[in-house]
Amino acid sequence: MTAAGRAFKYGDNVDTDAIIPARYLNTSDPAELAAHCMEDLDPSFAGAVRPGDVLVGGRNFGCGSSREHAPVAIKAAGVSCVIAASFARIFYRNAVNIGLPILESPEAAAGIEAGDRLSLDFGSGTISDGTKNSSWRSAPFPPFMRRIMEAGGLTEYVRARLTEAGDSGAEGGGS
Amino acid sequence: MPMTMTQKILAAHAGLESVEPGQLLEAGLDLVLGNDITAPPAIREFRKMGARTVFDRDRVVLVPDHFAPNKDIKAAEQCKCMRDFAREQEVTHYFEVGEMGIEHALLPERGLVLPGDLVIGADSHTCTYGAAGAFSTGVGSTDMAAGMALGRLWFKVPEAIRVVLTGKPSGWAGGKDLILTLIGMIGVDGALYQSLEFQGAGVAALTMEERLTVSNMAIEAGAKNGIFPVDEATRAWAASVSERPYREYRADPDAVYAREVRIDLSRLVPVVAFPHLPSNVRPASEAGDVPVDQVVIGSCTNGRIEDLRIAAAILRGRRVARTVRCIVIPATQRIYLQAIREGLAEDFVEAGAVLSTPTCGPCLGGHMGILAAGERAVATTNRNFVGRMGHPESEIYLAGPAVAAAAAVTGRIRDPSEVLEAPDRERLLSTPEPGWGGGRAASRGRSRDAVPAGGAR
Repeated sequence: MTAAGRAFKYGDNVDTDAIIPARYLNTSDPAELAAHCMEDLDPSFAGAVRPGDVLVGGRNFGCGSSREHAPVAIKAAGVSCVIAASFARIFYRNAVNIGLPILESPEAAAGIEAGDRLSLDFGSGTISDGTKNSSWRSAPFPPFMRRIMEAGGLTEYVRARLTEAGDSGAEGGGS
Repeated sequence: MPMTMTQKILAAHAGLESVEPGQLLEAGLDLVLGNDITAPPAIREFRKMGARTVFDRDRVVLVPDHFAPNKDIKAAEQCKCMRDFAREQEVTHYFEVGEMGIEHALLPERGLVLPGDLVIGADSHTCTYGAAGAFSTGVGSTDMAAGMALGRLWFKVPEAIRVVLTGKPSGWAGGKDLILTLIGMIGVDGALYQSLEFQGAGVAALTMEERLTVSNMAIEAGAKNGIFPVDEATRAWAASVSERPYREYRADPDAVYAREVRIDLSRLVPVVAFPHLPSNVRPASEAGDVPVDQVVIGSCTNGRIEDLRIAAAILRGRRVARTVRCIVIPATQRIYLQAIREGLAEDFVEAGAVLSTPTCGPCLGGHMGILAAGERAVATTNRNFVGRMGHPESEIYLAGPAVAAAAAVTGRIRDPSEVLEAPDRERLLSTPEPGWGGGRAASRGRSRDAVPAGGAR
């Protein structure tokens, strides 16, 4: 799978309140959320972003709340991938679960500048910057997470599992 | 291989003898939690998964607390979506308005989380229950849906930072000052992908409520969870809230930690986190001249009865400054009732504060105290990100209840000892005895059968 688009670059600790302010959490409709994506950090983002564009952040991207509305808003805005030096762990899980591609690369996050033309190869984890004429490799996902992503997200993964098990509620947890 | 406390709980729930950091595993869940914002998308994904019934109707907890009581039509629809699902699935632990509270204060109070449990919640502050010696962590809505459908979820085994506590806190310094100080030391991503494991002789000096405050903000250092060892205080608390048997896990003495941080509690001072990160911490006494428009005392971080006792000690017999709006939000109905019985409610109202029904409300900029452009708030909440409590040009200063109450009275950020010399800590945090607090509260509060506050010491 590949993608291409322009870079929108932000700093460290882009939090989920910046990605989608809580005042819009009285809905979970992706299109409505996308209209307010990044609003408090960059009010021009939602109007300027085009399908395929790439969000680039620094350290701890997506910190704060567990709201899945954050990666949903980014994905619905047309963003093809988020590149960051590191991701907050709940955002990381949520992105994998909903099928929003993310790539962790401190070097790429530092090297890319706003407006750069990027092309991405998710299979190899290659990030190519056509403007800078440079490229970077991100750490590959563990096989288990790749299976979830290849299934189209956690929902499809669980759906397949429940179908296999032949009933609606698999065995209970507990310890 | 020696394991941390977190690793042991994960191993046991995955049916494994031992685990290593970085290992991916699937573990059984003791509890799955959601609220009015995160449950509706989870319910949608649950249906898309083809699931028909939740894995165990006694192990799913649904709490309308964020935008409840319903703040607008859309919020009402979200609460209704969750309520309808709870009825359809006959979920045992659905808490309606009038019974509910802020989820992370409510669950420990109702004994729904005990030591050794493995809990996920579609709310980042689910890490709160580490105070009880449980492994608990925040997840998103799709994870919550998978948890409700399967009763199991995948986890990556974290390594841990050992936080060694020594000494005893004194004066106005407490649990909030400890966790803000720690975040100031290690940063907002200082524990990214890791556990915070609190250890040392200083643990015994912290009340259960203070531990809840500390674990609650582990996420603000990027941590997966923040966990305390089980001790006498934990056992006494557990016995006061539940009869369910539980299992205690203890870190191996030779467990390997990524890093060690030491904090001497006797050197803690009241602190404030300046905008716009919880790590921008400095002593309240060095805040400079910061005029304040609003004070919020509440939230899953600091809305428990001890927090209200601290705030009331400062507000009692004083007035909220004319330039300040002071909003006090007991975190649960039981805490609210206890505050009435102890006379704290009267203290707040007489001081000119607003006393609100339990809700997350202003903490996340929902309702009940939104900030205008240029306004500043001192809040006992957990995040001071840009726009968190309202307009993107407003500012939030995070602090404990003593600093917040002192700010309400003076209209400025001050060390609370400038308003009132700190009373004896034991007496301040426990139920008022006759002769303390004017005896008025005591005579009203103690004579009735006091509601267990979920904060047994």
